[in-house]
Amino acid sequence: MAVGGDELKLLGMFSSPFALRVKLALSFKGLSFQYVEEDLRNKSELLVVSNPVHRKVPVLIHNGLPVCESMVIVQYLDEAFPGAGAPFLPSDPYDRAVARFWASYIDEKLFSAWVALFAAKTEEEKAEGTKQTLAAAETLEGALRECSKGNPFFGGDAVGYVDVALGGFAAWVHAFDEVHGLRQFDAARTPLLAAWLARFGELDSAKAVMPDVGRLVERGKMMQAQAAAAASTAATAAAKTS
Amino acid sequence: MAAKEDLQLLGLAVSPFAIRVRIALNLKGVSYENLEQNLMDKSELLLKSNPVHKKVPVLIHGGKPICESLVILQYVDEVWTAAPSILPAEPYNRAVARFWAGFVDDKLFPSMVGILKATTEEERAAKVSETLAAMGKLEEAFAERASGKPFFGGDSIGYVDLALGSTLIWLEAVRRMFGVAFIDAGETPLLAAWAERFREAEAANGELPDADIAVEFGRTLQARWAAASAAAN
Repeated sequence: MAVGGDELKLLGMFSSPFALRVKLALSFKGLSFQYVEEDLRNKSELLVVSNPVHRKVPVLIHNGLPVCESMVIVQYLDEAFPGAGAPFLPSDPYDRAVARFWASYIDEKLFSAWVALFAAKTEEEKAEGTKQTLAAAETLEGALRECSKGNPFFGGDAVGYVDVALGGFAAWVHAFDEVHGLRQFDAARTPLLAAWLARFGELDSAKAVMPDVGRLVERGKMMQAQAAAAASTAATAAAKTS
Repeated sequence: MAAKEDLQLLGLAVSPFAIRVRIALNLKGVSYENLEQNLMDKSELLLKSNPVHKKVPVLIHGGKPICESLVILQYVDEVWTAAPSILPAEPYNRAVARFWAGFVDDKLFPSMVGILKATTEEERAAKVSETLAAMGKLEEAFAERASGKPFFGGDSIGYVDLALGSTLIWLEAVRRMFGVAFIDAGETPLLAAWAERFREAEAANGELPDADIAVEFGRTLQARWAAASAAAN
């Protein structure tokens, strides 16, 4: 339930895991908002004006003021809406530091491994991207063990900061697995993450905002085809000049 | 006078990420043991304290390690709550501060490192443009946000000041190596004046080694990258 007088608008894109993080955060906090789907090949005036530095989604506009960068937005929601459910970040400074560390790891290592896989043009590059992805998953398995202390989530018995950070990628984990024939959060290698993925996806607040995996698979296949086309164009061009 | 804390910092004199933590601790008047690391021969303590990244800085408080410089800055602010505050009080201003500190680390610094790493003149020129563009955005940000105050953080050094100020020795080092000024009284007048104030601030001035030390370090990095690339080919 939105506090009287609070206007929340989210500029996003259906397949953006970063925009999904914010949708999840808003959903878990029970905050209502207006959603604007952006066409990133034809960015709206509002997006360009609200995020002039990066021109990226997500952007949360709260009573006309824009907040950019997904995890900055998630912390903002904790701080600006203290009454809207339990905060995502724990109260103890050390635990907060650990949560921030892992959220940062997800962006720096897991996401960049995916980018490497997406951009892979050769079998070698694909193998490297896969290796990095699986290594990141293993590290996150350890993180989950450490943070959850036997509870279902990184945040303990309720969804917390790291759950939201990783949750943005949840639908893509399924889609990616399908497009690239992987099992990133494999039940044998990373049992806690496999269980987390299933459990997170079952939460009502998550279900309410998760994108359709089928659409993501379609998009993933399209991106793969584009990368392959770009690679063969480049190879043809290289052959012509040598 | 604050009681002595069980606090160690694993850092490097020339690392902007470690510099910003040292300045933050100085701002808070907290004493700590500074343990200079050798990144070519990493200590047992570093490997144990930061097994994931094996990087500096690491702040060890009461035996518990905190890694990632911006995470450490927020930790310091949240544990030692006496003034000055590193992050502003108001949620929107905090979000803006986090945005710009992130910008320094995700855009400015990598572009600048790219100048050092570039193997062709073309690549180098591209990275120089990128770095200049990033500085231009920070100049605009200062104009918009500082409202006549001396620092991004207002009257005293704050989160963004720490993030950007700690890169000053490297911006100067790259200028000495390649002849491009990234902070310039003509192009970025507000940042030029801000940089002076930052360098002279009590909490900062003992923590900024001469840029020539960074130049030397930069040359070592370049040699290492070249060797690695030659080995790979």
